[in-house]
Amino acid sequence: MQKKRKLGRGVAIVGAGMSKFGMFRDKDSKDLFADAFREMIVSVDKGVDPKEIDALYLGNFSNDYFMRQSHWGPIISDLVGIAPKPATRTEGACASSALAFREGVFAIASGFYDMVLVGGVEEMSKRTTEEVAEGLALATVPYEGRAGFTFPGVFGAVATAYFAKYGANREHLMNITIKSHNNAPLNPKAQFPITIQDLMNKKMESLKKREGTSPDWRTEKDFLADLRANPVVAWPMHLFDCCPISDGASCMLLVAEEIAKNFTDDPIHVAGLGQGSGRGFHASDDLTYFEATRYAAQEAYGMSGFTPKDVQFSEVHDCFSIAELVHIEDLGFFKPGHGYRAVAEGATRLDGLKPINTSGGLKCKGHPVGATGISQLYEVWTQLRGQAGPRQVPAGDLRIGGAHNLGGTGGTCTFTILERK
Amino acid sequence: MEERPFSDITFERYLKEERLMGSRCTECDANYVPPRSICVDCYSSDMEWVELKGMGRLAAFTCITIAPPFMIAQGYNRKNPYISGVVELEEGGRVDARIEGLDPNKPEEIKVGMPLKVKYLHTEVDEKKETFLAFEPI
Repeated sequence: MQKKRKLGRGVAIVGAGMSKFGMFRDKDSKDLFADAFREMIVSVDKGVDPKEIDALYLGNFSNDYFMRQSHWGPIISDLVGIAPKPATRTEGACASSALAFREGVFAIASGFYDMVLVGGVEEMSKRTTEEVAEGLALATVPYEGRAGFTFPGVFGAVATAYFAKYGANREHLMNITIKSHNNAPLNPKAQFPITIQDLMNKKMESLKKREGTSPDWRTEKDFLADLRANPVVAWPMHLFDCCPISDGASCMLLVAEEIAKNFTDDPIHVAGLGQGSGRGFHASDDLTYFEATRYAAQEAYGMSGFTPKDVQFSEVHDCFSIAELVHIEDLGFFKPGHGYRAVAEGATRLDGLKPINTSGGLKCKGHPVGATGISQLYEVWTQLRGQAGPRQVPAGDLRIGGAHNLGGTGGTCTFTILERK
Repeated sequence: MEERPFSDITFERYLKEERLMGSRCTECDANYVPPRSICVDCYSSDMEWVELKGMGRLAAFTCITIAPPFMIAQGYNRKNPYISGVVELEEGGRVDARIEGLDPNKPEEIKVGMPLKVKYLHTEVDEKKETFLAFEPI
């Protein structure tokens, strides 16, 4: 049984920003973080003087590898003009900035600081696909790498185990891809703001023009089933099951709850925090779930007093389509083995009972790994404050949202529950 | 059995000798493969080596088209994919391994649960000799 945890004092989010995600030739990590920071400052309803920020916690996985530049804490604290105040980098692979967020919360909850900037940044697109695959594989466990596993490879293997146990198939994963692509055009920050339907139509037009041929695609699933349109990466993971290579940055301003009203009348509160660590895919009790996610979820639910039912919508780490499927089960939204049917019935769509990845998810919003965790929280913040525009969850009266972030092959998993009071 | 440290390095050296080895806690009999030097059940450090038969079943797999550089150096690429898998050993416990003797271009024919036996893949790339753990159908 996990211990019920609580913060020493409450922590609230009073500002949030993120850069557009994508592949940028003319922007580097500093430029992207500057974009996120500018938006964050403007988002503080009653204004803030950045000189009041006590410290920075920055998530970054591997700009050391991707950019041959390490030690990003002070680079960013100097960029935003808060040096010589302390800057600390956190690393948890693709969950690096969820860890930065937690450290920031703990620093305020302890009473040591009153106002903390937390953020994340990653710049990946200047490397080849194979190099990025190798860079990401740095976050697998050693045995996986020796066996030739890549990131998509490990998740492909999860999919084969899930298929064998529960009778799901590739078509069920396509539902997730199609859903994420339907949300993405509604998100101005997304890397791929286009539906599968529109992509298919575009591709058909260009094939007609270039080759005079017209493929026999009647539905989005015909398109996704065609290897010419959707080649294998690590079977059964195809191109459209995988998140892209991205650059981007995100940040948030955290303050002690007791001073939150100085900055906004509409702060978003940290209700539940959970983090777990995994033992490597091969050593898990079962290959169809992530025990670190289950642990993190239990911790976050225990701290907040909320149940999976209370969480009205959630961002879920969909580095691969199968990851979204197993995690909506691990987070308790659906029973193990039931998630794929719920998805097929539309439960996770924007207008469904439990909207998942209203941002378009990692798949379409993009996945600059170190920036992802806080970008997910940014989406929850935006939704809770009713500022998500056309992708606003239509249910109305949103009060509680979740964000699940996963690092490596499940080595680090977090679940965070935010609340609007 | 001879005294070798219970480590990943030793595990790899045993593979070169075509032996699949795990460790067993002499206090509580917990088995570990790959080996552990600290028993995470009872926290004893009194371990002994156990040789595994190398028989198992396929628990999960993937056919990889986009290969990392060290696999590209072994000749794998988008046109020549390979299979990685997780194998559940007869004695219990699972290992990550390459899967040989099956067609990575026909993944639909590969079945989770199929019986496999160990195979040691000895490679030499740029004069660097390495051995990789693999399994193949019986």
